[in-house]
Amino acid sequence: MATEPYIAIADLGFSYAQGTRPALTGITLTVEQGEYVGVIGLNGAGKTTLGLCLNGIIPHMLMGEQTGTIAVAGKDPGVVPVREMARIVGMVFDNPEFQMSQVTAAEEVALGLENLGVPYADMVVRVAEALAIVGLTGYDERSPMGLSGGQQQRLAIASTLAMKPSILFMDEPTSNLDPIGKEEVFEIARRLNRDEGMTIIVAEHEVEVLAEYADRIIVLHEGRIALQGTPTEVFSQVDTMAALGLRVPQVTEFAYRIAGLGAGPVADPGARAGTAPGLTSPVAQLPVKLSTAIEWVGARG
Amino acid sequence: MTETQNGLPGSPGAGPILSVRNARYVYPRGDVVALEEISVDVPVGQSLGIVGQNGSGKTTLTKLMNGLLRPTSGSVIVDDLDTARHPVQVLAAHVGYVFQNPNHQLFAPTVADELAFGPRNIGVPEAEIAERVAEATEFFRLGDILTLHPYRISFPLRKLVGIASIFTMRPKVFILDEPTTGQDHRTTNTINRLIHELVDRGSTVICVAHDMPLLADVSERLIVMWNARLIADGTPREVFADRAVMERTHLAPPQITQFSMQLPGREGRAPALSLDELVAEYRTPGRLAGKEA
Repeated sequence: MATEPYIAIADLGFSYAQGTRPALTGITLTVEQGEYVGVIGLNGAGKTTLGLCLNGIIPHMLMGEQTGTIAVAGKDPGVVPVREMARIVGMVFDNPEFQMSQVTAAEEVALGLENLGVPYADMVVRVAEALAIVGLTGYDERSPMGLSGGQQQRLAIASTLAMKPSILFMDEPTSNLDPIGKEEVFEIARRLNRDEGMTIIVAEHEVEVLAEYADRIIVLHEGRIALQGTPTEVFSQVDTMAALGLRVPQVTEFAYRIAGLGAGPVADPGARAGTAPGLTSPVAQLPVKLSTAIEWVGARG
Repeated sequence: MTETQNGLPGSPGAGPILSVRNARYVYPRGDVVALEEISVDVPVGQSLGIVGQNGSGKTTLTKLMNGLLRPTSGSVIVDDLDTARHPVQVLAAHVGYVFQNPNHQLFAPTVADELAFGPRNIGVPEAEIAERVAEATEFFRLGDILTLHPYRISFPLRKLVGIASIFTMRPKVFILDEPTTGQDHRTTNTINRLIHELVDRGSTVICVAHDMPLLADVSERLIVMWNARLIADGTPREVFADRAVMERTHLAPPQITQFSMQLPGREGRAPALSLDELVAEYRTPGRLAGKEA
């Protein structure tokens, strides 16, 4: 029982009905309860599709052809109704405004609970709890449209938290937020992960942020898993990442170049066309956070 | 004063292309001051970055710059035109505004029509419109998608079309609102290159962004907005080095810049703006990354 992974995906493939190529191919992946996973990849690499497969929006609401198997907390999202999966996998998207439909913040949070048929007295308690977690206590009667972008995204998170999911999937949750809003959202996710043991999966372009927060990084490329491992394992593969059109944290690239591992800038993949990516070749472990990079430089003298 | 103190370029003898003089903006209903009195002169050909949290006054400032808003007091002069005296359509040929969300801007049935719409709207002759569309197609490398509906192309490409459809208006000043939002590393690099190329052509580019690595690379000058005020104005290096301003505004310089400011043995030196700079400093003993050429 304890050995059963919380999320188990085997050879998952998906092609959208109107798509010209598969959105996902041969995805095999396990996630343990309480992990904090960062998903990176170019636009169109399959990050969003993967999230939609986890909560059953694929295949229930978006048509296409799915192969392979998915088990999330022992349930098959392809069989279990979406509203039931919503109790397990909470989704937060990049544009909180699109998720807002109600007149007040409290109603916004209560909406999902009403759909689940939660009794009124319980609903009041859960709405208050969810608003408290995201720091919006006292905003109950405010209009969602009158909130700042960061507050709206926190409200979107509260709306999913009220359903008491054990997994939170966030799809570029801060791309429309300012730096303060971005920090608020990532701090809430970190707290939910550390204090509540919530499993966090976040698709994000900003690798510096993921290096700071995630336990594990999954790199998607054209619908396949190209790399996965700890941030140190993944981001140390500077050449491979560049060949995939992706970046590593600035401090990691600095260390890579100072250590004489790279001949020149790796920012431009074209400049390194001669170096074939060795996905499995061992590479030196490089610092991925600002603090460890400072120590790394200090240790080199 | 700001343009000379930083030794920034401007055509000798010519006035600034854009001059915000003692401009203040109060929303008509209510007493919310969106912008306290500010003055900014932007020389021809400058690449200016505007940073600040949402609600700090950045958008109000840029809307004053293209005449979408008129100052409650003070004045805004663009390319010798007082924005209070000319309609937005006239100003649009001088200062182009590229929206953060291209969906708010694009509505023609094909990309080609989208590129032609602006110049046609201001009465440019058809022969010249064709010429401008061809130029934009080449500059933004849109040849493969000209016949497609703007909603049939990817978001990053749509964003490029948004910039290109302003480009065909041939404004002297481009205002780009969060050009890299929702872009991945590859498409961010494309936007970065295009901004450099616009500046190389002599355009004045004003870029509002939270993307600090982008601004560290493309902007020669940064202004910082906070609480409806302009609170800092200098080169990116000067602004990033100002810990008090960064702290007060909760803004963070690029990671490599922060790193350079914390590196042991580098105390007192100006921060590095890019990886290339800091790596070069390490490889060449005695060279200071912070030294301006």
